Amino acid sequence: MSPKKRVAMHNHAAEASLFKRRALFTFCCVVIMLGILFGNLYHLQVTSHQDYQTRSNDNRIRVVPVAPSRGLIYDRHGQLLAENQPFYSIEMVPEKVKDIDQSLIELGTLIPISEEDIESLKRSLKYHRRFKPMTIKSRLTEDQVALFSVNQHKFPGFKVNAGLKRHYPYDGLMTHVLGYVGKINTKDRARLERNNLWQNYAATKDIGKQGVEKFYETLLHGKPGHLEEEVNNRGRTIRTLKVVQPEPGQDIHLTLDLKLQQKAVELLDGRRGSVVAIDPNDGGILAMVSSPSYDPNQFVHGISRKSYHQLLNDASRPLINRATQGQYAPASTVKPHLGLLALEEKVVSENTRIHDPGYWQIPGVERKYRDWRKWGHGWVNIHDSIVNSCDTYFYDSAYKLGIDKISSFMDPFGFGQNTGIDLYEESAGIMPSRDWKRMRYNQPWYIGDTISVGIGQGYWTTTPLQLANATAILANDGKRFTPHLLKSIEDKTARIETPLDEQAPIALKNPNNWEIINRSMRKTAEKSRFADATYTAAMKTGTAQIFSVAEDAKYDADSVDEFLRDNALIIAYAPFEKPQIVLAVVLENAGWGGVNAGPVARALLDEYMLRDQWSKK
Amino acid sequence: MSAHPSRPSFWHRIHIDLPLLSGLLALMGFGLFVIYSAGGENLALMERQLVRMGLGIAIMFCVAQINPEILKRWALPIYIAGIILLLGVHFFGEVNKGAQRWLNLGFMEFQPSELIKLAFPITMAWYISKHPLPPKKRHLAVAGVILLIPTLLIAKQPDLGTSILVAASGIFVLFLSGMSWAIVLGFIAVILAMLPVLWFFLMHDYQRTRVLTLLDPEKDPLGAGYHIIQSKIAIGSGGVWGKGWLQGTQSQLEFLPERHTDFIFAVVGEEFGLMGSILLLALYLYIIGRGLVIASRAQTSFARLLAGSITLTFFVYIFVNMGMVSGILPVVGVPLPLISYGGTSMLTLMTGFGILMSIQTHRRFIDR
Repeated sequence: MSPKKRVAMHNHAAEASLFKRRALFTFCCVVIMLGILFGNLYHLQVTSHQDYQTRSNDNRIRVVPVAPSRGLIYDRHGQLLAENQPFYSIEMVPEKVKDIDQSLIELGTLIPISEEDIESLKRSLKYHRRFKPMTIKSRLTEDQVALFSVNQHKFPGFKVNAGLKRHYPYDGLMTHVLGYVGKINTKDRARLERNNLWQNYAATKDIGKQGVEKFYETLLHGKPGHLEEEVNNRGRTIRTLKVVQPEPGQDIHLTLDLKLQQKAVELLDGRRGSVVAIDPNDGGILAMVSSPSYDPNQFVHGISRKSYHQLLNDASRPLINRATQGQYAPASTVKPHLGLLALEEKVVSENTRIHDPGYWQIPGVERKYRDWRKWGHGWVNIHDSIVNSCDTYFYDSAYKLGIDKISSFMDPFGFGQNTGIDLYEESAGIMPSRDWKRMRYNQPWYIGDTISVGIGQGYWTTTPLQLANATAILANDGKRFTPHLLKSIEDKTARIETPLDEQAPIALKNPNNWEIINRSMRKTAEKSRFADATYTAAMKTGTAQIFSVAEDAKYDADSVDEFLRDNALIIAYAPFEKPQIVLAVVLENAGWGGVNAGPVARALLDEYMLRDQWSKK
Repeated sequence: MSAHPSRPSFWHRIHIDLPLLSGLLALMGFGLFVIYSAGGENLALMERQLVRMGLGIAIMFCVAQINPEILKRWALPIYIAGIILLLGVHFFGEVNKGAQRWLNLGFMEFQPSELIKLAFPITMAWYISKHPLPPKKRHLAVAGVILLIPTLLIAKQPDLGTSILVAASGIFVLFLSGMSWAIVLGFIAVILAMLPVLWFFLMHDYQRTRVLTLLDPEKDPLGAGYHIIQSKIAIGSGGVWGKGWLQGTQSQLEFLPERHTDFIFAVVGEEFGLMGSILLLALYLYIIGRGLVIASRAQTSFARLLAGSITLTFFVYIFVNMGMVSGILPVVGVPLPLISYGGTSMLTLMTGFGILMSIQTHRRFIDR
């Protein structure tokens, strides 16, 4: 190459050496910059490796919870009261169906699908992941499942999905005891979160809302399992990595006796009222009826707003559990307890007799407290007074006892407080006292208040359960058990019986008084409803006024509004020598206790006492 | 002067530099493994990449036969043709993914910017080496104009990645030519001063978003930050030894976007770990080192500047791509050289390596 004249001369050696220096410099820069890259990689892959490892796993692993199956509920003889029924639905994976419209039309010829359902399906299809199954039709009958299964080959991408739903085979027979399950709502969720149980419900749809289902939710629910699935960036499952089976809920046995319960429901026949039967030897509830009732199954599948409002606004209040929440004046059914106190406090003795002219007056006061029998009972002792339910006798002894003694004596019988039964739906009732009245009404206690309490009226209210429990304590000569519904829990290997919950017995200064009062109740039974019974029963009836009748007016059942008529009550137990069953029956606005509640008690004790001995336990 | 005192070897006679070739082949072999995994074990995809590699090697071989002096003669015409084509793109180009980069030639789509990538450093080396080195200021000024025309045209398409590569190749020529340090430092100062102007007036919104995303990818983890977050998770979860070939969950389960093209380095990091990354960095460093050796040994300033520019531009590819994938540079569309799936960059790069081989093997014929 020969450089032209006007081009300056190149110094080749100098240019080469200059280049080498620059090249070396840039090479050093390259090494430093690659060093920076390496340093960053070291930071990512070594220093922060754990962090990114976790995030990578969070990306790819999806944990799918699997709901445990709910524990079953049996009666004391092993009759199934709450079960899990298979629940079928047809599902479709949109991406596996070629022509969704056509398939739905063809499916409609096999199984009726309404136009509205199809419309809403198409709407939700737009927002649905194409590989995720969507429900086309739920609550299929067995026939529909069979029909679809036979024709399944015509419907690629469709399949039957089976799940379990709670079912109560006896419908409304014991709704107030069993309660029901329903969809978990925000309130349930908040409660579960508070108790750190929410993670157990990740796959669970229903939760106990009432009754035993609610009270024993933790036993019945079980522990969820889960699947670990590997998913891609669109959430499609690639493979299942791990399966942890759920732990099913525990089966439980209740103390209920299905036959007795059925008999009680049959006897109440939809009338407003309640029956509670207790085994006095352990406090187990044999029957608990609140009438009228309702079908719990409608709550499992979601009750319609209309049906719910119907139940809510029904004048006969089917939703409340009358047995534990109904508060009734005990009326004459507590005369045995009052008599016991009078004996105990030596206000009367077994032989004390008073004269009943048909009314009673506070000494020096004009006002007359009327006996239910207008012409009076004449000369009566304690036995006569209980057998004939003489009001005057008890007006007199209440006057002599005073409210303080009555109130504190009735306390250990459970009046005015929760019994502690294994249900959340319970009311305490009222055992009035001076303090109570001051707190409640800010008024002093009057002697007249005591006189009303003396015949189980006035401020005194009890629930049927309290009444039955207090009667059981009486029949037991003071032995006390907490009433309960749970008999045993079916564990994995064994059946665990609920331990006896015995409270300190009531000790009398003169234990003989138990026998005197129980004998009176026995006599009451002998002289009336149970005269011809082949077993030995004891009882006491009550007729509770709801409508106050003026001092001299005559109460005429036909002339007062139905809801203001007297409540009919009875307590009874059998056999007298060694009680096995204690009853309390309340019939709202039914009139006379003996006449109306009596036959119910008789039929129930017959049912229980006259059946084969083996089937009682 | 003679580097080959004895009879030239077989490789020398066919104008192949064996050390450089073995480095390239090792890199391509490694790349095939990664492509197979990143492409979801898609054999057809791998086959296409294999064909491209073959084509690339063939082109490299052909270019190696061309004497650098011939390139020098054709530099200016090719450059001018490239600028005309770029203007053509500007007025008649196809719009694809929001950018105007392609010319439809009827039988194929063509990116003139790739032609400029090759023609530009040759032109620059030619112009600078015409005059004695270090270059005078007026020559530098002319060189600056030669540099700015294609850079701005390409940046306008917009193709920031390519314009950076083109500008870098020109700047390397200037720097290697011995441009005075005062000018170098002044230049850097001007660029720094220009940054706010660039940010507020010249950058597109999406480009600003990319820079902001780099600073805080977690701000929009499912939108702008998604690429970079998933890429960092892939690399970081690989650890020292990696999850194993075909075992990378980020790539196999498709959490990693663009995993067989621009973000393929994340697959390397995930499946082969830090060790795989080191291997890759070492291979690249080896090729860069060999390129600079070839440049240093070249007998003319033109050849030296051209070889140096080609080699260092190759490094810019590596640094920009790896920096982007590992989260220290904003997202710029630059492939990982010779590993990423795709034809254009492969052919451009292999042409460059053909020029390097030509420079290395035509020395003895140059007579002074």
